[in-house]
Amino acid sequence: MGSIVSLIAVIVLILIAYTGVKAANLHFLFGVVIPYAAVTVFLTGFIYRILKWASVPVPFRIPTTCGQQKSLPWIKQNKIENPSSPFWVVVRMALEVLVFRSLFRNLKTQLTDGSRLVYGEAKWLWLAGLAFHWSLLIVLIRHSRFIFDPVPSFLHILEQFDGFLQIGVPVLFVTGVVLLVSVTYLLIRRFFIPIVRYISLPADYFPLFLIIAIAITGIEMRYFTKTHIVGVKELVMGLLTFNPKTPEGIGWIFYVHIFLVSALFIYFPFSKLMHMGGVFMSPTRNMVNNSRVKRHVNPWNYPVDVHTYEDYENDFREKMKSAGIPVEKE
Amino acid sequence: MKIYNSGKVVIGLIIFIGLVTFPFFYNKGKAIAKPEPKIDTPAIMQLQDKKCVEPRDFMRAEHMRLLNDWRDSAVRDGKRIYVNSEGKQFTISLQNTCMHCHSNKKEFCDRCHSYVAVKPYCWGCHIEPKENKS
Ligand code: HEC
Ligand code: HEC
Ligand code: HEC
Repeated sequence: MGSIVSLIAVIVLILIAYTGVKAANLHFLFGVVIPYAAVTVFLTGFIYRILKWASVPVPFRIPTTCGQQKSLPWIKQNKIENPSSPFWVVVRMALEVLVFRSLFRNLKTQLTDGSRLVYGEAKWLWLAGLAFHWSLLIVLIRHSRFIFDPVPSFLHILEQFDGFLQIGVPVLFVTGVVLLVSVTYLLIRRFFIPIVRYISLPADYFPLFLIIAIAITGIEMRYFTKTHIVGVKELVMGLLTFNPKTPEGIGWIFYVHIFLVSALFIYFPFSKLMHMGGVFMSPTRNMVNNSRVKRHVNPWNYPVDVHTYEDYENDFREKMKSAGIPVEKE
Repeated sequence: MKIYNSGKVVIGLIIFIGLVTFPFFYNKGKAIAKPEPKIDTPAIMQLQDKKCVEPRDFMRAEHMRLLNDWRDSAVRDGKRIYVNSEGKQFTISLQNTCMHCHSNKKEFCDRCHSYVAVKPYCWGCHIEPKENKS
């Protein structure tokens, strides 16, 4: 169900852009107004979400650890799993963000023979996730040929590596293929693994379909239904220099592509895609585990009025004495 | 709204905003000239009918595919004659056909290509036309 709703939503988006450009000639709306709106929503929404997270206090140390804590000098500490200084938190965080270290530990839990609990390796999710995120990053960096003038020279080196197979003209970029294959795996996984399907919501399917549609329109545009690339760059440069224009001769497929990307940007701050910023905000990852070294006081502790025994005795000394109860102070 | 760890959060957000808005600052105030490929070579000047192999809009978007088809047809099928949409015949050759007319590679092909950062690797084998200007 969730998947069908999401798929329909993406198809509707495509149709909106297609009819908007083909039938209604709204090039300016789809090429200029919506992209500007998307960047604005993305930036403000992103900042708002981060500030909202940052306004939640995390008074205690709650890092997830799976290694020896800093202890006596002769006990070897596991600095990455159980960091006791900011430096090692940064190392841990970097490994998490760059190579998805905790996902690498992902296990498959199964009951075999009806009752025996077995844990098995499950690395496919990690592999596909890593391949997907890295190729998406490289694809994004490659797009900087449209947003910089002159184009920085490192881009040629990147393109050379990415196109090293030298298949066809324009050369096939490996990351485009890896991106599409891995994101398709991430989608198919949700269809065929029953447990994962059970917990999948439209909010899980929609971004996947959206990204698949973006990748397909992009690949389509580069290798098949060509469009006027020089015109596309003029359009983008016009946006970036606040001098917007929509050159002639750009095919509708480009407008569909940029509309889907705008949709992704607008959707971003409202969705699980915010894990891009959220990963840095996760207290189980970004905290130093120093609860044995430093006292952490809960900032919202209510000042409790304590009535000590001493006060109690002062209040009732005479009555206690007359009832024969022993008192500490005469 | 009280922000905890505000120092670190603000640094993170500044990096984020910086990355997103960097393209705007990088290009700020630049008058970005779109490339004007020059078609005033001697070979083209001699044509009565200043036309490319195929119509201009097609060439602009699809010349790489055309070249790829030419290459396949010449190298794989041994067919070295191309008949265009108007029925005109061209010898299939990158150096002798395209570059005969467009002998100003630097002011034609390269203008567009450096604008969008493509560097066709063809010229590692195929010979570029000799140009006086560098
Ligand atoms: C109107 C501008 C323009 C002109 C003029 C032009 N090109 Fe291109 N060319 C492009 C664009 C834009 C691309 C990149 C398309 C893409 O990346 O999808 C390209 C790509 C190519 C590619 C594929 C490169 C690759 O590795 O991806 C080849 C080959 C090529 N051009 C050959 C030529 C030759 C030869 C000439 C001169 C006779 C020429 N082009 C003139 C705009 C132009
Ligand atoms: C007979 C001479 C001739 C030959 C051969 C020729 N061209 Fe052209 N080409 C032209 C002319 C003339 C124009 C300008 C057409 C116009 O403005 O309508 C042009 C335009 C172009 C354009 C579009 C430039 C722009 O301003 O957008 C490209 C790209 C191009 N040629 C590439 C090629 C490639 C690649 C080949 C080889 C497959 C080739 N040409 C072969 C004469 C030629
Ligand atoms: C490894 C060297 C090499 C590279 C790189 C190369 N070619 Fe070629 N190309 C050849 C050879 C060899 C032939 C065969 C020449 C012949 O049979 O006349 C050929 C033939 C061709 C032909 C048809 C015949 C002719 O004379 O032009 C075309 C068109 C062509 N190549 C286009 C390209 C394009 C476009 C690129 C860049 C994307 C490219 N080639 C890159 C080696 C190369």
